Amino acid sequence: MSALGYAAIAAQAGAVVVGAPLLTGWMRQVRARLEGRAGAGTAQPWRDLRKLLRKEPITAAGTGPAFRVAPALLVASTLVVAALIPLVSTATPISGHADAILVVGLLALGTVTLALAGLDTGTAFGGMGSSREMTISALVEPTILLAVFALSIPAGSTNLAAIISGAAEDPARLASPAGLLATAALAVAVLAETGRIPVDNPSTHLELTMVHEAMVLEYAGPDLALVELGAQMRLTVLLGLQASLFVPWGIATAGDSWGSLLLALAVLAVKVAALGALLAAAEVFWAKLRLFRVPELLAGSFLLALLAVTASYFLGTGGGIL
Amino acid sequence: MPAATRTVQETGPADLPAVAAGLLAEGRRLALVAAHHDDAAAPGGRALRVVYLFVSGPPDTRLEVHVRLDADRPELPTLAHRSFAAGRFEREMHDLHGVRVQDHPLPRRLVRHFHWPRGWYPMRPDAGPPPAFGAQEGPYPFLEVEGDGVYEIPVGPVHAGLIEPGHFRFSVVGETILKLKARLWFVHKGIEKLFEGRTVERGLPLAERISGDTAVGHALAYCLAVEEATGTEVPGEAQRARAMLLELERMYNHVTDLGALCNDVGHSVLNSHALRIREQLLRVNETVTGHRLLRGGVVVGGARLESVPEPGLLRAVREDIREVAALALGHSTVRDRFTGTAVLGADVARDLGCLGYVARAAGLTDDARIAHPFTVYDPAPDVAVRTTGDVLARFQIRAEEIDTAVDLATALAPGLRPGTVRADPAGGPRSGVGIVEGWRGTITTRVELAADGTLARVKPVDPSFFNWPALPLALADTIVPDFPLTNKSFNLSYAGNDL
Repeated sequence: MSALGYAAIAAQAGAVVVGAPLLTGWMRQVRARLEGRAGAGTAQPWRDLRKLLRKEPITAAGTGPAFRVAPALLVASTLVVAALIPLVSTATPISGHADAILVVGLLALGTVTLALAGLDTGTAFGGMGSSREMTISALVEPTILLAVFALSIPAGSTNLAAIISGAAEDPARLASPAGLLATAALAVAVLAETGRIPVDNPSTHLELTMVHEAMVLEYAGPDLALVELGAQMRLTVLLGLQASLFVPWGIATAGDSWGSLLLALAVLAVKVAALGALLAAAEVFWAKLRLFRVPELLAGSFLLALLAVTASYFLGTGGGIL
Repeated sequence: MPAATRTVQETGPADLPAVAAGLLAEGRRLALVAAHHDDAAAPGGRALRVVYLFVSGPPDTRLEVHVRLDADRPELPTLAHRSFAAGRFEREMHDLHGVRVQDHPLPRRLVRHFHWPRGWYPMRPDAGPPPAFGAQEGPYPFLEVEGDGVYEIPVGPVHAGLIEPGHFRFSVVGETILKLKARLWFVHKGIEKLFEGRTVERGLPLAERISGDTAVGHALAYCLAVEEATGTEVPGEAQRARAMLLELERMYNHVTDLGALCNDVGHSVLNSHALRIREQLLRVNETVTGHRLLRGGVVVGGARLESVPEPGLLRAVREDIREVAALALGHSTVRDRFTGTAVLGADVARDLGCLGYVARAAGLTDDARIAHPFTVYDPAPDVAVRTTGDVLARFQIRAEEIDTAVDLATALAPGLRPGTVRADPAGGPRSGVGIVEGWRGTITTRVELAADGTLARVKPVDPSFFNWPALPLALADTIVPDFPLTNKSFNLSYAGNDL
C-alpha cells in the first residue's frame, strides 16, 4: 500500500511536469487546426524549454532576491500542489493533507511570488502586469474558495480526497444544482487564474495588453524556462483538479492494484487532454474582454459560486454537514 | 481628362501670414510645404525658397505660394497659429534646412534625431555626408505629468511585434491614459536627399519604397508630379490601369488590417481568414504586375500590366471579406471592444488636417479621388463616411472601402490590356504636383527638375504626417490595454512619416 501510495505521488508529480508542456502544445495545436493553420506540433513547448534551458542565465540589472527566487518558487509550489491533490489516487500517504484551502493558498503563493518579481524589476511593464494580475487574483481566489466550499458541504470536509471519493460514490452530488453551479464558477476562475482568453491572451505580442506576460517580460534563459514551465504546470494542475472534482471516475482508491494506478494515469491524461481541447476550441470563438470588463466576468463567477453554496445549504440532502 | 491648373503666387515673408490666412479661410487645405535652396543660376537668384501648396476640390484647384528668404539667414514668420499642419511643416524645415521660424508656439525639434550634431542640417546643399553622432542640440525632455499616482510607461522604439520603430511615452493613472507623446523619426532615411540628382526614371524605384505598403500610391503621386513637370500627356488607358492598381493596393492593405484588428482583441480565427484572403490578393498582384506589392506597375509616363485581374475573382474575394467583416461585427465581445474606443472628434480631425479613413471615420468627406481625380471614374467612387470616430467607425470604413475598391477595379479592368502604355515628355514647366488617394489617405508629392532634366527636389508627403498627431488626442481617457487596438485602427506609416 505504502509503496503504491508513494508511486502514485511520483506519478502525479511526474505526469504534471512532463505533461504540462505537452498539454500546452496540444492546446495550441487544436487551436491552430481549428483556425486552418498547420501548427508547430504538440512537442513544440518542450523544444522551446530545451532551447531556453541551454541559454546563458541573465538577470536584469537592479533586481533583487524576489526576482531570482520567483521562478523556482513558482515551479516548487505548483509541484507541491501536483503531488498533493488527488489526480491519480485518493489514497496517498499525503492525501490527508490535501486540504482545498491549502491548495488555493499554494497557488496564490505562486501568483504573489511572480507579482513581486514583476515589481522587483522596477520597469513600467513589470509593475503594470503585477497590478493587473493582483486585481484579477483578488477576484479569483474567493471564487475558487467558495466553489470548493460548495463542493465540500456534501462531503462534510474540505479535504479534496474526501470530496472526490465521496462524489465518485454518490454521482448525484455532481448533478445537483450546487455541483453544476460550482463547476461553472470554477471553470471561469481557472480561465482567469491561468491567463486564458477572455481574460488574458497568452499568445499576444502587444506588450501593453499583457497581464501575465508583462510580469515576466524581464526573464530570459533558464529562468524564463522555469516561469513558462510553472505557468504550464498551473494550467495542467487546475484542469486536472477540475477533471477530478467533476469527473471523479477512474481515480485509484485505497486497496487498488498497480494496474489500476496505471489506468488512473491514462484516464487522467485523457480527461485533461479532452478538457484542454475543449478550452482551446472555445478560445477560437471567444475574444479578449476589455480589461475593465474582466471584473464583471469574475464577479459573475463569484456569484455562481455563492449560489452554489446557498444551493447546497437549501437543497443539500443526506451525508452533508446539515 | 483636363489637367488640373496650378497657379503660383509670389509673396514676401512679411505678407505670408495674411495671404495664407486668406487662402485657408477660403476652405483650402495646406497640402505640402517644401524648402528649396536656389543657387545663383536660378531665375530669382540665390535664395531659400519656401513653397506652400494649397489645394481644394472639386473643382480641382492647386495654388502655390512661393516665399523667398535670405539664403544665409533664412527667417520665416510662423503660420502655426492658423494651421496646425503648417506648424509641423515649419518644425520639419527648421530641423532639415535650418530655417528659423519666428514666434513658433512649439519651437521643439521634430525630425531632428537626438544625436544629430549641433548645427548640421542635412538638406542644405553644403551639408555633405552624414557625420558621426555628436553633441546633441540641447536637452530633449518629455513633458512630465505630475500628480497623485501618475506614472510613466515608456514603450519602444523597439517593440515586441514586428512593427516599425517609434517611442511612445504614456502618462497614466491606474490604467487611464492622461497623456501620450509619440516620438518618431527613428527611421529617417534621408529620402528627400536621395532623390536629388537622380534621373526621373531612377527616382521611381525610390518613390515606390517610401512606404513599402504604399508602392502604387507614392509611385503614382511621384509620376503625376513628374509628368506635369515634363509636360507628358499620359494616355487614358494608362491612367485607368493606374487607378485599378491603386484600388488593388487599397484592397490588400485594408483586408490585412481588418484581420489585425480582430487579432488585437484576441479573435485570431478571423485574422487567419483575413491573411488567407490577403495572400489571394497578393497572388493576384503578382500576376498583374509581377510583384506581390505591386511594384513596377506604375511607370513614368504610363503603366505596365502583365495581366488584367479577373473581375469574377475580385468579386469572390469581396464576398469573402464581407463575411469576415460581418462575423467580426456580429461578435459581441469584438464589437464591444471596438465601440466607443479612442474617439476622434470631427473638430479635432479638421483642426489637425487629418486625411484618409481616419478623417472619414470622424465625419470628414475628403477623398482625392473626388477632389483631385487623375482619371474619370465611372461609376464615381462611393466615399464611406462615419461620424462616431471610434475604432468601430474606422473598421467599418475600411470594410466599406474594400467594397468600393472592388467596384472600381472591376469597372476599370475590362477596358485594359496587358502590356506597357506610355507617353513621352513634351516639355513642361519643370515643376509639378501629384495628388493621389492612397489607401491611407491623400498623398501629395511635389517635384522640381533641374535644367538637365534630373530631379532637383522631390517632396513627398504621406498622409501619416498629418494623422500622427491625432493618435494621442484620440487616446485621451482611453485605457492603456486599448492602445494597441487604437494604434492598429489608425495604422499610420512610420517610414512614410519619417522619410
